[in-house]
Amino acid sequence: MPLRLLKYGLSKDYPVTGDIPATPDLKPSYDVVIVGGGGHGLACAHYLSKYHGITNVAVLEKGYLAGGNTARNTTTIRSNYITKEGIAFYKEGVQLYEEMSEELDFNVMFSQRGQLTLAHTEATLRSFHLRAEMGKHAGTNIEVVDAQAVKELSPHLNMDEGGPLEIIGGLWHSDGGTARHDAVAWGYAAQASRRGVEIHQRTEVEGFDIEAGNITKVRTNRGTISAGQVMIAVGGMNYDMTLKAGVELPIRCFPLQAMVTQPLKPWLHTLVSSVSLHTYLVQSSRGEIVIGGGSDPYQLYSTRSTLDMKEHLAEGATHLFPFLHGVRLLRQWAGITDMTPDYSPIMGASPLKNLWLDCGWGTWGFKATPVAGKYMAQTIANQKVAPVLEPFTMERFASFDLLNEMGATAASH
Amino acid sequence: MKILTCPMNGPRNITEFQSFGPLKADPDPETTSDQDWARHLFRANNTRGVITEWWRHVPSNYFFLAERNATTNEVIRTFDPSELEAAQ
Ligand SMILES: Cc1cc2nc3c(=O)[nH]c(=O)nc-3n(C[C@H](O)[C@H](O)[C@H](O)COP(=O)(O)OP(=O)(O)OC[C@H]3O[C@@H](n4cnc5c(N)ncnc54)[C@H](O)[C@@H]3O)c2cc1C
Repeated sequence: MPLRLLKYGLSKDYPVTGDIPATPDLKPSYDVVIVGGGGHGLACAHYLSKYHGITNVAVLEKGYLAGGNTARNTTTIRSNYITKEGIAFYKEGVQLYEEMSEELDFNVMFSQRGQLTLAHTEATLRSFHLRAEMGKHAGTNIEVVDAQAVKELSPHLNMDEGGPLEIIGGLWHSDGGTARHDAVAWGYAAQASRRGVEIHQRTEVEGFDIEAGNITKVRTNRGTISAGQVMIAVGGMNYDMTLKAGVELPIRCFPLQAMVTQPLKPWLHTLVSSVSLHTYLVQSSRGEIVIGGGSDPYQLYSTRSTLDMKEHLAEGATHLFPFLHGVRLLRQWAGITDMTPDYSPIMGASPLKNLWLDCGWGTWGFKATPVAGKYMAQTIANQKVAPVLEPFTMERFASFDLLNEMGATAASH
Repeated sequence: MKILTCPMNGPRNITEFQSFGPLKADPDPETTSDQDWARHLFRANNTRGVITEWWRHVPSNYFFLAERNATTNEVIRTFDPSELEAAQ
């Protein structure tokens, strides 16, 4: 890397090589068509091309690359879930983040500084014990800590001793961290396109032609193409998109909002979240304090921000760290999240033989970008659902085999 | 602050209300198949257009219905559940 940098610095004409080639014309047919150029679609393209030798692949993206929820998320990466299926899956996700910069030859700025979730009540603490034991059993780094340890992990916290929101302990998940979301998407896109995957930006999928239980054609605003296998991973649009293929998923769309403050010197060294305040904070590598919380309280197809939510998040943040009260907000935004009834994703097969689902990622899917990509690619390559994905089938609702991850953290990220 | 008009209490701040999701037809437990029962439990109207949904005014614990556009967030009207029964 440094040699490349030196060469670049000494070059007379500063050759600009883009990581992602310009959008080519659509070919008449592809072995695999991936609908949605967010982190998930791009990761799948990477794994298909690198590990399964499948390169006749088109990623179709309606807007610009990874401009959906991948661009909007607060990048919490963790595996402190509660079901054994969930923990096993997200644990591998975290491990893949540990190796990702090497895997992609692209610095994704993975920063594994640990996640501290605060308990203000005995009931929360009891639920933490359960999560810690489930996590330890599955081999993740997670433990319940007392108030003293919380203070040591995050010395600026207002412990509210004797107050109504006294911090009585916490759940310390040292595997937790963050990564640079654009870099993750770009890294996968660069790798996949180097191996021949075509990335089509500004290419909106408008519908599918279906014959005898198979998708035969994918209709786009730039023309119609034939597809061997099709994967849908369009984030907040998953409900609409699967419906176009005649598949109705148990998804409801809710906006999820977040905001950042002006940049500050580094002081917040872990991810901090509070269950009771529905607020979580993390300091970005630019110094901004990223503040997020729960979804909006009612369903809506909109990415507007609200004053209510900003006030709520600011209240939580300034309660935990009172000195933030004078700090200015720099930006706020929202994404449309595709929420499932049990707060677990819907992955794997669909009623159509060649349609594969990577949907229902709601408010928690960034952390799963690599692991979902890896196993969705395996599934598509073998045309058989990878065993780790089986519990996440859309059929689980009909058989009441739900994977309830509702109580995840301050919010379900 | 968004204002929602409660059929009983008049216009109030949205923070006084709790959403209970889209209205669903009640299946008959005697005749409904397991498949339809699961569908009733786990699926709900998620269209981009106007949805009819349950709300509660929390301080008075009063449940009512609203017609709201799920894209523009415009509330078309709110009404007492007795209107539904009257319509049946
Ligand atoms: C505010 C916020 C905070 C979040 N925080 C976290 C977090 O801390 N940790 C975490 O793990 N997760 C978090 N999430 C969730 C996470 O962002 C998503 O689950 C994840 O990014 C989903 O990735 P994706 O690639 O499936 O979808 P997306 O990144 O949304 O990509 C889908 C793509 O499909 C494209 N598309 C849509 N319609 C069409 C069409 N018709 N044709 C072609 N393309 C189309 C879109 O333009 C988009 O680029 C958060 C989400 C939000 C909104």
